[in-house]
Amino acid sequence: MSNAKKNLHLLWRAGFGPAVEQWTDLDRYRPDQFWSALVNSSQKSPAPIEVAATAIDGLVMGVRTFAELSKKELDADQRKELQQRNRNGIRDLNSIWMNKMVNSSAQLREKMAFFWHGHFACRNLNVLYQQQLLDIIRQHALGNFGTLLKQVSRSAAMLNFLNNQQNRKDRPNENFAREVMELFTMGRGNYSETDIKEAARAFTGWGSNFQGEFVFRRFQHDFGSKTVLGRTGNFDGEEVLGLLLESKQTAVYLTTKLYRFLVNDVPNAKHIEWLSDRFYNNKYEILPLLEDIFTSDWFYDPTHFGTRIKSPVELLVGLQRMLPMQFEDASGLMQLQRGLGQVLFYPPNVAGWPGGKNWIDSSSLLLRMRVPRLLLGEDDWNLQTKADDDVQMGMMQSMQKRYEAKVNWSPLLASCASIRFEQLPAHLSAVLLMTQKPQTATLLNKMIDPADRSNTVRALTAHILSTPEYQLC
Amino acid sequence: MIIRRKEFLQLGSLATASMFVPKFLKAMELPARVPPGNKIVVILQLSGGNDGLNTVIPVRNDIYYRSRPLLGIAKDKALSLTDEAGLHPALGHFKKLYDQGELAILNNVGYPNPDRSHFRSMDIWHTGSRSDQYWNTGWLGRYLDAQCCGTDALTRAIELDDVLSLSMKGESVKGMAFKDPRRLYGTANEQFFRSLNTASSSDHGEAPVDYLYKTLAETMSSADHIFKQSRKRLTQHTYPNTDLGKSFQTIASLAHSDIQTKVYYVSLGSFDTHVRQQAQQERLFKEMNDAVQAFTDDLKKQGRFNDLLLFTFSEFGRRVNQNASAGTDHGTANNMFLIGGGLKRAGLLNALPDLTDLNEGDLKHNVDFQRVYATVLRNWLGVDDGVILKGNYRLMDFI
Repeated sequence: MSNAKKNLHLLWRAGFGPAVEQWTDLDRYRPDQFWSALVNSSQKSPAPIEVAATAIDGLVMGVRTFAELSKKELDADQRKELQQRNRNGIRDLNSIWMNKMVNSSAQLREKMAFFWHGHFACRNLNVLYQQQLLDIIRQHALGNFGTLLKQVSRSAAMLNFLNNQQNRKDRPNENFAREVMELFTMGRGNYSETDIKEAARAFTGWGSNFQGEFVFRRFQHDFGSKTVLGRTGNFDGEEVLGLLLESKQTAVYLTTKLYRFLVNDVPNAKHIEWLSDRFYNNKYEILPLLEDIFTSDWFYDPTHFGTRIKSPVELLVGLQRMLPMQFEDASGLMQLQRGLGQVLFYPPNVAGWPGGKNWIDSSSLLLRMRVPRLLLGEDDWNLQTKADDDVQMGMMQSMQKRYEAKVNWSPLLASCASIRFEQLPAHLSAVLLMTQKPQTATLLNKMIDPADRSNTVRALTAHILSTPEYQLC
Repeated sequence: MIIRRKEFLQLGSLATASMFVPKFLKAMELPARVPPGNKIVVILQLSGGNDGLNTVIPVRNDIYYRSRPLLGIAKDKALSLTDEAGLHPALGHFKKLYDQGELAILNNVGYPNPDRSHFRSMDIWHTGSRSDQYWNTGWLGRYLDAQCCGTDALTRAIELDDVLSLSMKGESVKGMAFKDPRRLYGTANEQFFRSLNTASSSDHGEAPVDYLYKTLAETMSSADHIFKQSRKRLTQHTYPNTDLGKSFQTIASLAHSDIQTKVYYVSLGSFDTHVRQQAQQERLFKEMNDAVQAFTDDLKKQGRFNDLLLFTFSEFGRRVNQNASAGTDHGTANNMFLIGGGLKRAGLLNALPDLTDLNEGDLKHNVDFQRVYATVLRNWLGVDDGVILKGNYRLMDFI
């Protein structure tokens, strides 16, 4: 297996696929060199993505004080204005972050942030809270899972989403405790209902104020003794999170999920055991775990190549990395996310996007295959997605606009400049696809037009990006 | 260098043939009518949380009128069903169906620990889960899974929409979604897609790429099948020129053909009436009323009405009290309409909501929605509801 193919595999799994300018490096370096470069470019703390600081300020000035806001003493117009600003803010977060996924060289960090975005899935219509949560997962994407878990658990977005504001000493709400155990740490079946009830007591009094800061409401907290996972003490929330991390099952659960996300949807018990032992002994340091995965020989076993169905976000980001494009109106990307079934910041529920074959049905497959044509302005945007009432609040949205992008073909054309005509289909396929049916190659070979090199490259590319094979990485 | 779209249009085969429709697809010989017994279910989703209290109105309830000084619908405006209950004035055809014993109303449907997020509550209705469970498959999808596979698996459940709902996604089989059979046919027959499909062998392996090609092959053959069937006996009935009207027209044409579709799914919205509820609900109800009128009249004319069960649902109802914006906020339990010629019980199936017994201003449910699903699956579609719903729910007696 050539280094180029291994490098492509690494770039797709540890990032959002190759960028067109990396093309010529693919057979020049070894995968371990690419890995080091990925780590280096993701080292430094990312600058926060901020859309809401000013929006919230402006909004507060418009509708008087925080106190009134938090007491919900708003009239209908003020409330509508607030919701509109939040909606627009989340739309901006979506498009700025997606842009980072496309253009940032911190591919490893953004890819892992994307994983944590699905792991700590949170639907919250407050843009300030969403922005804070995004910052937490981007800052800690490669850091320590324990720290990440604690910060997410103290975030206004998650505490509100999982009803912990209503979790009080005399009236516990178990939702937060249940999801922390079922989805964030141990996984179903590894604890009892009593463990959930007791853990919920430890989280009583955890909440946030309107500005999204963590607050501990001591009069609502249950200071009594609790028994969680066989341990008894006057635990608070932080100590319960500690107990969950002490359980080896948490390392196994996370490693399995990551293995399925990064390597193969079918878990390999031997590799997962080795990885989770090391992850646990390493006190949940994320980067060493990734290093274990991406520098293992078995990661580069060709049986893993082209077996993963790209999520809609990975598909849309990967396309843009190969074909740089500009959008006059980012709504098109939002609409494609909706049509394909994955809108950033709007996971289906706290369990996140199920992934794998769940992405594919007859209409989503056809739409995926049409995406390149839509972006290139070659097909009618006759796509109408159902209203999301959590987002649109009953307002209808007109969907009949065209959103094609301006595509910059020159880097791709330049990469092919020295390739002989008859080699073009194979050359482009090798970089764009991780797997290819022989029949597809045959079809592409028929598309060579010796009279026009640039048209041939563009037509071949558009076709390759429209194949079922391109849905895989 | 920037390539504009007009330039790109000339580049390759991708630009052609997307609306190619062969001429041979004319009306074909069919028996005069579909023989009786081919039962179908039509599900009409009222997205956004329809206000059930202004749909089936408790016309003698003082609490209702006190809670809704502005939005309450007066007794003499409502279409009278019983001494106690009236229908929203825009639902004239529903009233007629009621009078003819072809409409049933089920009140107080919901589930324990209701969720007031649209998305989450819809998720629960689509999957049939409890509110503390997260399932990845829909109840109709699992119905498809439970059927014997075969070539027409995808066309057994059809959604009139560009995006397939979770309810229609099973573990191994997923229904089809499209707005218009002709457009589906055009898209699926785009020249390059067709070449890819023709070139790929029919015995698909186990690799993910084979799964995608298998889905493509099934999609293309289903698109062919659906388009041909939809042309076989195009309905001659007049339908309102609305989205919902057109969807019901397509359903009727398919229901008059010999396609083996058992489930049709269509949505109307948005019923999320936080502000100025009256106008919005009335407009949507008019669209619903007129489309359902055309559809039921058509099916009666074609002798298909006895094999139809149409039901409506919404992810939740709305609060009893109106809000300060001439609207209502998210609530809980809600009512459902059940329509068809095969109802064993019609009219009001149970008591109207008890407005003296609320949970923090919201209605309490006393019928689990899964019981309706179980009844439809077992008594109408003749399948094992327990396997599909992953639990046994007490059947009801409306069919």
